[in-house]
Amino acid sequence: MNAFKIPRKQLALYLMLIPPVVVLFIYAYLPMLGVVMAFQRYQPALGFLHSDWVGFDNFRRLFHIPDVKQVILNTLFIATMKIIVETVAAIAVAILLNEIISKVFKRTVQTIIYFPYFLSWVILGGIFRDMLSREGLINTILGKFGVDPIIFLSKASWFPYILVSTETWQITGFGTIVFLAAITTIDPTLYEAAVMDGASRWKQTLHITLPGMKSTIVLMVTLSLGYILNAGFEQVLMLYSPETYKTGDVIDTWVYRMGLQQAQYSLGAAIGLFRSVVSLVLITVSYMIARKISDHRIF
Amino acid sequence: MVDRSLGRRIFQGLNGFMFIIFSLSCIIPMVHVLAISLSKSTAVTAGKVTFWPVEFSMKSYEYILKNSEFWNAMGVSVERVVLGVVISMLLTILAAYPLSKSKLQFKHQSFFAWYLVITMLFSGGLVPSFMIVKNTHLYDTIWALVIPSAISVFNVLLLSNFFRNIPKEVEESAFIDGAGHTRILMSLYLQLSMPIIATLVVFAAVTHWNSWFDGIIYMSNQKSYPLQSYLQTILVDSNTRVITRANAELMSRVSDRTIKASQVFIAAIPILFVYPFMQKYFVSGMMIGAVKE
Repeated sequence: MNAFKIPRKQLALYLMLIPPVVVLFIYAYLPMLGVVMAFQRYQPALGFLHSDWVGFDNFRRLFHIPDVKQVILNTLFIATMKIIVETVAAIAVAILLNEIISKVFKRTVQTIIYFPYFLSWVILGGIFRDMLSREGLINTILGKFGVDPIIFLSKASWFPYILVSTETWQITGFGTIVFLAAITTIDPTLYEAAVMDGASRWKQTLHITLPGMKSTIVLMVTLSLGYILNAGFEQVLMLYSPETYKTGDVIDTWVYRMGLQQAQYSLGAAIGLFRSVVSLVLITVSYMIARKISDHRIF
Repeated sequence: MVDRSLGRRIFQGLNGFMFIIFSLSCIIPMVHVLAISLSKSTAVTAGKVTFWPVEFSMKSYEYILKNSEFWNAMGVSVERVVLGVVISMLLTILAAYPLSKSKLQFKHQSFFAWYLVITMLFSGGLVPSFMIVKNTHLYDTIWALVIPSAISVFNVLLLSNFFRNIPKEVEESAFIDGAGHTRILMSLYLQLSMPIIATLVVFAAVTHWNSWFDGIIYMSNQKSYPLQSYLQTILVDSNTRVITRANAELMSRVSDRTIKASQVFIAAIPILFVYPFMQKYFVSGMMIGAVKE
């Protein structure tokens, strides 16, 4: 009868939830309330409650900074490329992996190509910074063919592509797990029937394997859309330098430099809020689309 | 029916070759770093080192052995892994069990499920989160690395999905015997879900070992950085210097690359070590979560 009355037998369940609920309240929900900073001239000494209100001033200031437009464009460009390239790569590698006949070879390959996913970007960044440096491995090899040393990581025009290719290399292997699972759920009689009809291997992939993976593909793309304004923050932070800010600076790295290192708290909070709202809209829209297309409920 | 046509065999050959190249590309960077760390710095500078140490030398490891900053950071990392895993597993289990119940068994199940899921959909962002950590006095303590990130909603959903698949009869008969929810969770559910809990423990440990950004923002000085945060500063800071002042600095930093390489390799060792165990679990672990009941 009363919605707030707790049945006695269920009391233990509520007690169990207290610690996780409190932790999330403080470290997930309070920061959400903390976005009021974006509408204040926030001063740490005054806190959230006593800082001056300035309405939309921070947003107005923000979108007048020329860097900000560039940073948003960089983020969208890098993230969109990553989503497309990484999804296509994972699907293609999963299909090709599935064609391997030898079980031992297949398992060995899987074990090896999943591995880079588990290394942090500090380690990977350290390795790539060394390999791509003036005296690094890549230049040593190129030098044997008479190519002059290239300082890869200071070439602004190459930087987004370096980000996309290194991350694709890192996560493609692990990304195949989901798609391999999708392939195994496809009814084998479909292939038998196709062989009877004389369909080539390529035709089978096109008309049976890919459609069979459709709902998984839609699901994975949907999930990644939520991260479109993320663009691989840790990777960028490890690899970029002032020389590559023009093409490589993304929202999160900008927030970090402005919002924390230079103590422009309110500006940082404002673009952070912008980013969160856009992500929320994208997740909601893509979730609804995914549900229409593939009838797959994520939650 | 196995296809033995020529085209098919050529495809198989090329496909296998492609995967050999891909696999090598995943191993070579680690091998290269190891080779650099074990070579004499003059050989490294001369560009002679590829995949095998040249003029074998343990100098860089000797240097690290004496480097107290490095071991200090290692200590912080170990501390955060232990505390982090214990706390996040505790919170994950406490959240997953009630959420695995149906609406009949747990009246506000969907309210709390949404309470968790909303935190996945929307976040306050970096600056407000930082302010909350500061205002709750976790700043500059090990707890800043452990508590704010303790609950991974994804892991909670994974575990509660697993709990949900445990046959109802197990629970019902325990109820008849007079056990309460706490007993059922502790002595039945946890025993039955050891494989997935082991998986989550390993993943949480790896995540904590690999995290570095929180160390950089929540610790005021480098002395309290965990290993990966410490490494980030030495890798990034001195490298930008090398790039901008290029050749002038180069000669004075000849041994820099071998030392960096050995530190990078040491930081990767724990991952190399647990990877075989993880590999056994993670495919099944992920699938359990993906399978709908």
